[in-house]
Amino acid sequence: MLEINNLSAKVDKKTILNGLSLKIKPGEVHAIMGPNGSGKSTLANVLSGKKGYEISGKVNYDDKDLFELAIEERAHRGLFLAFQYPLEIPGVNTSNFLKTSLNAIRKSNGKKQLDALEFLKIVKQKASELKIDEKILHRQLNVGFSGGEKKKNEILQMSLIEPKMAILDETDSGLDIDALKIVAKGVNALRNKKRSFLIITHYQRLLDYIKPDFVHVLMKGKIAKSGCMELAEELEKAGYEKI
Amino acid sequence: MREKEINKLKDYKYGFTTDIENIKAPKGLNKEVIKFISEAKNEPKWMLEWRMKAYERLKNLKEPNWQKPKYPKINYQNIYYYSAPKGTSNKPKSIDELDPKILETYKKLGIPLQEQQRLNGIAVDAVFDSVSVATTFKDKLNEVGVIFCPISEAIQKHPDLVKKYLGTVIPITDHYFATLNSAVFTDGSFVYIPKGVRCPMELSTYFRINASQTGQFERTLIIADEGSYVSYLEGCTAPMRDENQLHAANVELIALDDAEIKYSTVQNWYPGDEDGKGGIYNFVTKRGLCKGKNSKISWTQVETGSAITWKYPSCILRGDNSVGEFYSIAITNNHQKADTGTKMTHIGKNTKSKIISKGISAGYADNTYRGLVDINKNANNSRNYTQCDSLLIGNKCGAHTVPYIRNKNSLTNVEHEATTSKISDEQLFYCNQRGLNQEEAVSLIVNGFCKEVLQQLPMEFAVEAQKLVSISLEGSVG
Repeated sequence: MLEINNLSAKVDKKTILNGLSLKIKPGEVHAIMGPNGSGKSTLANVLSGKKGYEISGKVNYDDKDLFELAIEERAHRGLFLAFQYPLEIPGVNTSNFLKTSLNAIRKSNGKKQLDALEFLKIVKQKASELKIDEKILHRQLNVGFSGGEKKKNEILQMSLIEPKMAILDETDSGLDIDALKIVAKGVNALRNKKRSFLIITHYQRLLDYIKPDFVHVLMKGKIAKSGCMELAEELEKAGYEKI
Repeated sequence: MREKEINKLKDYKYGFTTDIENIKAPKGLNKEVIKFISEAKNEPKWMLEWRMKAYERLKNLKEPNWQKPKYPKINYQNIYYYSAPKGTSNKPKSIDELDPKILETYKKLGIPLQEQQRLNGIAVDAVFDSVSVATTFKDKLNEVGVIFCPISEAIQKHPDLVKKYLGTVIPITDHYFATLNSAVFTDGSFVYIPKGVRCPMELSTYFRINASQTGQFERTLIIADEGSYVSYLEGCTAPMRDENQLHAANVELIALDDAEIKYSTVQNWYPGDEDGKGGIYNFVTKRGLCKGKNSKISWTQVETGSAITWKYPSCILRGDNSVGEFYSIAITNNHQKADTGTKMTHIGKNTKSKIISKGISAGYADNTYRGLVDINKNANNSRNYTQCDSLLIGNKCGAHTVPYIRNKNSLTNVEHEATTSKISDEQLFYCNQRGLNQEEAVSLIVNGFCKEVLQQLPMEFAVEAQKLVSISLEGSVG
């Protein structure tokens, strides 16, 4: 699904990712942990196509050279990023944004556009499954949302889009236990043999609810150690210094 | 056609020219030309005298120059003040007799005039250069007593109404462009809604400039008698030319006791090319008088075209409890300039006004909101709420807000809010990540920004206006 080879990324000549390699197969859930400034968010940004990075190395996604695809083309091909800080867009109704997004992705895949009623039915069902209050659909996109509501909204979008490869960038940060469960539920409901996840987190806490297949420790822009769930537990006890 | 021109036409799809024989007044501004216009329209003597009075007054006036967009000196002797397609000037109008080229023009503009293809529930007055070429649904409107016709026809058929109201809101002495219009105005619409009548359909006028080196001097007069209601919409387009053409309109609205007028504009004059060459100078005076108690006038404008837009649709709130509203979207891209806003003059007691202005600036464009809230000393319990928001796209454009408040009464409440924001790269990245391309993302964000104003448009036009907003900004993000 995703194969990262010797990936480096610089911002203003400062190296942030430094020869990172990682392979994620269909159906696998990988967790990336690491201290502040180790390059976790940069990895998410570079994979989803954010501008402003000087990049070297190679990334293959779904049998394509990822860097040849525009940001929206990556999205059309099933790459989804749940933002650490979802953006506010005043005046744009959340439901309308979700529908526009979903239809843009459906259109690029040759699927029929959903009309307002069809969409409403689907989004209401997804929201109720995730125990997300429908009221957020009628509000302006992320405007005045609490941190938790913003993150839940990201998970709702992920559930609607049903991506092939979802990257969650510190989605658990700042969430209370109930919101955390909603995030985990969203991920677990989508888990299947074909779909892959890359979960970036500071804490082991989220991994209690989403059991990853692999855990990696990111230090100084590359993977310092890889293992299974036990590695996360070890880190929680001993910190990153021992690595 | 060269490739560049084809590309240009794609950007401004109304930029074509209709090849048609015209009857023109000699070039220039003088008494003979004014007589020519008056004769061409079969006007009674009092009308010619009125025009001449304005012309005499004009000699002592200077163009105002306090606006932000500056423009090269206009040579008023180098303009045609009257141009009409042959055969349209003085014979009775039946749509079947119209030159097929004109019918084709309006069809291309999306305003079919023929009986079978007309827009449902919308009566159209079509003004081509200096004449109204057709007015639809006139008979149907007549049944309920609504008069909807070219103003030149109203001068002949309803002289009492015209004499009573013309120039009462915008006096011929008002300012240079308004006075110029009073001297040389050619066509526009006349609307009279009788007492207690709710106009059964949307009324609209479609203004088209076609001939080159010709100015368009539209004059529109709308009177809503006691307890009546009307919703009126105007649309405007012009061919692409390297020259700048002048459109100096006067629009007067009068609302008597308990009457309501809703006036919407979708202005899409040719904006000039991407280097700022050509385009229309849209210097327009629009003013409404809430003459009666409990009357209401609401202006909604979507200004996307013109090289320079310079206008302040205003309300004089004379009747007690009267209400004035101004909803505006002004979009400037490339080298376009806009200096627009409103004046709300509170004279009566308990008068209310509301101003919602959304300015969007992209490319090298410059966009100014200028407004005056003027509360007179007897306007007890008056209220105004003003909200001016500016949105910038890119870093070479400008946005300015110039609100004036003059308050002579302490028993009033005036609120002003203003924001300036920029479409951020982060917002665009977020939209792109959710599958929207750059243009879809800008369109979504801008339409969200303008929503409060778009909602004010009659439903039939809201969708078109939304598309227009998106098209006007195509290519604005690199």
